[in-house]
Amino acid sequence: MPEITRQQELNRNLAAMLKGGVIMDVTTPEQAVIAEQAGACAVMALERIPADIRAAGGVSRMSDPAMIRTIQQAVTIPVMAKCRIGHFAEAQILEAVEIDYIDESEVLSPADDTYHIDKNKFKVPFVCGARDLGEALRRIAEGASMIRTKGEPGTGDIIQAVRHMRKMNAEIRRIVSLSGDELYEAAKNLQVPLELLQSVHDNGKLPVVNFAAGGIATPADAALMMQLGAEGVFVGSGIFKSGDPVKRASAIVKAVTNYTDAAMLAELSSDLGEAMVGINADEIALIMEERGK
Amino acid sequence: MKLHIAVLALQGAFAEHRKMLENSGADVFELRCRKDLDKKCDALVLPGGESTVQGKLLRELGLFEPLKQRIGNGLPVMATCAGVILLAEKLEDDPATHFGTLPITVRRNAYGRQLASFYTDGHFSGIDAPVPMPFIRAPQIVGYNDKTEVLATVGNSPAAVRFHRQLAMTFHPEITGNPSIHRYFLEKIVLPGRKN
Repeated sequence: MPEITRQQELNRNLAAMLKGGVIMDVTTPEQAVIAEQAGACAVMALERIPADIRAAGGVSRMSDPAMIRTIQQAVTIPVMAKCRIGHFAEAQILEAVEIDYIDESEVLSPADDTYHIDKNKFKVPFVCGARDLGEALRRIAEGASMIRTKGEPGTGDIIQAVRHMRKMNAEIRRIVSLSGDELYEAAKNLQVPLELLQSVHDNGKLPVVNFAAGGIATPADAALMMQLGAEGVFVGSGIFKSGDPVKRASAIVKAVTNYTDAAMLAELSSDLGEAMVGINADEIALIMEERGK
Repeated sequence: MKLHIAVLALQGAFAEHRKMLENSGADVFELRCRKDLDKKCDALVLPGGESTVQGKLLRELGLFEPLKQRIGNGLPVMATCAGVILLAEKLEDDPATHFGTLPITVRRNAYGRQLASFYTDGHFSGIDAPVPMPFIRAPQIVGYNDKTEVLATVGNSPAAVRFHRQLAMTFHPEITGNPSIHRYFLEKIVLPGRKN
């Protein structure tokens, strides 16, 4: 196992405390309170939810620190915020406002098309998106202490998140089955450090917590991702773009806890009001998952 | 004979407790819904996570009253971090409480945000070697009565307390790889009171 610092260990441990939970996107202190009361284990403070970022177009940046502070004051659960891929100055600012977790996110406009942030230089923890094992281990090598699928944010279409989770798990199973001497070649092909691949080979899982994100809009979507091996879920546009956010948020929280209980899921899926309309992921021009590899 | 331990698995780091207890020879099951209450159970573990989430789910899934009654009747409990908040009789910054079976007062997020999370090695009464103690957005025990035994102190406040058969820690022994506190719980608290 590669040596990790005490702080990185504490950061990975905070992610472990979020497991089995739902992290919700919120844009106001009022929404943050609704999310906390509905049972969110953390909130993501941002100025616009992904569906609106998609609709607005233009350049999408880190949120105003003043807005983030109002959300930090409104709730007791951890508060996360997004910075642009590669934008380490935004990350420094988020660290200065004592954010609990930074999401280096493809939802915002990337600031660097080659390099991600060197997250090992920070004390604050980072979560990063990944579409496959190679991306996940590269982000972990850079210092990410939590991984999520990229999905296709702001669409309400689950297909990308499913694809990424299945691909990641299939690759992990393949790595577990390799002999020790085959790992060198696998590390070369995946473009990842051998030590991290060795850890996947030995433990049959990523060295950090892995959540599902992107396109989760219903309790059934959440249950699907949990059964596919997610350790928790992010819900972005799916809650506050729906007809009855309180009821839907609360139902998704319960679905993540009892994700194999179909009778309970049937009850949770009943009378939720309108789901977010959604955009078919094949019909959109801006593919966020392609950002940052 | 194996001990049967329920780990509350609504949200949080329950898998880590499960692993620790299984490695210590216990038979462990995850408690998620009412029908799990029918299983044979010698003790309960309340894991770390978010207490607001766990408290809400306990009530909405119909687990709150039955568990509160059992803890009140002497079911051994081990609680870490968020679990301590569930057990506390009083929360300093919040009029709402949960089980309220443990006569302590707790301050939530007492050390601040994630940047203030820290790690230390400390002495735990009844265990010879120092034990690793990670504190993650940890609560602090700010008040307790003379019937509550303090088993570990970090800074100036209790990090581990015992009241009858309730064991509560504001840090996370389940993520350290050191099983000594889980073994202490099984051997010193669960086993002695076992009925059959």
